[in-house]
Amino acid sequence: MTAPVSIRNATKIFGDFTALDDISLEIAAGEYIVLLGPSGCGKTTLLSLLGGFLSPSSGTIEINGKDMGDVAPAKRPTTTMFQDYALFPHMSLRDNVAFGLKMRKVGKAERHAKAEELLDMVGLKTSANKKPHELSGGQRQRVALARALAVEPDVLLLDEPLGALDLKLRRQMQDELKAIQKRVGTTFVHVTHDQEESMAIADRIVVMNAGRIEDVGSPENIYMQPKTIFTASFMGEVNFIPGTFESATDSTISVKTPLGTVELPEFECRGFVPGASVTLAIRPEHFRASTGTGPRITLGKAKVEDGSFFGTHHRAHLSPLDYPNMTITAHMPQSAIIEPGAWVELTLDPTSVVVLHGHPPRPTPESAAL
Amino acid sequence: MISSRLSKLASWSYLIALYGFIFLPVAVLVLFSFQDGRLPVPPFNGATLKWYGEVFSDSRLMSALTNSLMVAIGSATVACVLGFCAAYGLARFVLPASRLQRGLLIAPMTVSYLIIALGLLTTFNWLGVSLSLWTVGIGHVVINLPLCFAIIYASMGDHQKNIERAARDLGAAEWQVMTQVSAPMLMPSILAAFFLSVTFSWDEFIIAFLLSRFDVTLPVEIWSMLRSGLNPKTNAVGSVVFLVSVALLLILELIVFRRTAKK
Repeated sequence: MTAPVSIRNATKIFGDFTALDDISLEIAAGEYIVLLGPSGCGKTTLLSLLGGFLSPSSGTIEINGKDMGDVAPAKRPTTTMFQDYALFPHMSLRDNVAFGLKMRKVGKAERHAKAEELLDMVGLKTSANKKPHELSGGQRQRVALARALAVEPDVLLLDEPLGALDLKLRRQMQDELKAIQKRVGTTFVHVTHDQEESMAIADRIVVMNAGRIEDVGSPENIYMQPKTIFTASFMGEVNFIPGTFESATDSTISVKTPLGTVELPEFECRGFVPGASVTLAIRPEHFRASTGTGPRITLGKAKVEDGSFFGTHHRAHLSPLDYPNMTITAHMPQSAIIEPGAWVELTLDPTSVVVLHGHPPRPTPESAAL
Repeated sequence: MISSRLSKLASWSYLIALYGFIFLPVAVLVLFSFQDGRLPVPPFNGATLKWYGEVFSDSRLMSALTNSLMVAIGSATVACVLGFCAAYGLARFVLPASRLQRGLLIAPMTVSYLIIALGLLTTFNWLGVSLSLWTVGIGHVVINLPLCFAIIYASMGDHQKNIERAARDLGAAEWQVMTQVSAPMLMPSILAAFFLSVTFSWDEFIIAFLLSRFDVTLPVEIWSMLRSGLNPKTNAVGSVVFLVSVALLLILELIVFRRTAKK
């Protein structure tokens, strides 16, 4: 049971607050979509529009080609997995999972068999007679998943489903969610504010900010080729180097920055015009040793301010010679020896540098956190 | 040393005086229901179960007791159903003037039973409804509905709201949400409201007296017995009434509060 979803120009206004501003999104059948963004970005509102708990102020939502405009939540081919699980406390796990089938007038024997099959899938077959209060958080989560899948929805909506779990359990449930999604083939729309979670499970990530879609793409694309400054900073640690677009040839572009003029291979024409404000986004792990194979560019020398060891790498703060007010965060190899006061060369693989429109707002929350 | 012993003595005396003040009348009532003699006054002449035998063989008292049970259970059931529906409506939906409506539902609690009884009596006369156990039952619904509403409404939180949303999401119609999810989930408070209502209706005299005619409830029957003077039989029937109230409270404690504590 799976279906495509199509959201066209959906807008949702609460009083004088625009929660969703002209959102359009096509979701393919069987896709695992993650709506990612900070709180208040409209991701949960969008999920509520899909589930039918809210109706859009304007725009349309189609599931499997049918307009959902006047369809109540109970009649939609969607089910929701709630953040607080929302299990029925007075029912056994079997009755919890079978509830949707009971509402669809499925006979007792049949719905119990189906419920036990789903409980088996989430590893809780032997607990079918237990009540929800006897379970741990992770187990309740699994029951909520089984209950939502029991009615074979076309689209499963997951509202921050892993938010209440501790880190280790969250990682484990991410794997399970993804595996179960592949197995049942249902379209999953999952809301989270955790970018690691989104990358771990999504087929496609939809980054949202202030009621708009900032970026849509595969986890690799969103992380390595973000389209906006917001996406680049939301997806993880990044260095922003403001600059001015100078010129473009057939194969390279050049950007003037406080750290000198940088020549980059042009990866995608984004309509930059000479003189435009641009920002170079560089992930800390993209700095390279100055010797080695492959293309290399340099941003000049920088002084090591401090460093800390993270197991897989050293994370160091550097201040460039040409612009000492700027702090660059770089990951250095496990084996490197970090000496504050030492000078290093800021060497990069030019293909890993992303050029974005505009300058980052100051101060960015990320720069404050560094 | 002495002062601490004194204060201990004082606090124990206070405790005994306090409970004595509350329970002595009941203890005396129960004690003299076993009086072997014609008058329920000291001295205590020895114990007998004769008066209880008389109570249970008195057909008028027994039919009054049955009437009381019917009125109590019937009116408590109606009050709980209405109270639950009102609480569900006011807690789950945006209704016009909901604060005012909540206030109006709870307001009868502050009105004396005598005034409620007089109002109902006038209304029934005006409508041409003749007095019976039904009118007593209606009176008891009027006094117990605010209580049921307040208890059930207080137990409806936002967490349950999400659970009801989940039920709707899984295809439940509104009546199914109410009967299969909300009511079972709120059963501890609904039962608490039910047993309290039964207890209040069981003990209630003024409304039962003013709104009944031929069939009467137990408190009214006891009152008419008292008009011919005190005797140990009235003590015995009073003890029975007290025993039933205590039993109801024990059931409430055991079933309802223990269940809530477990969760």
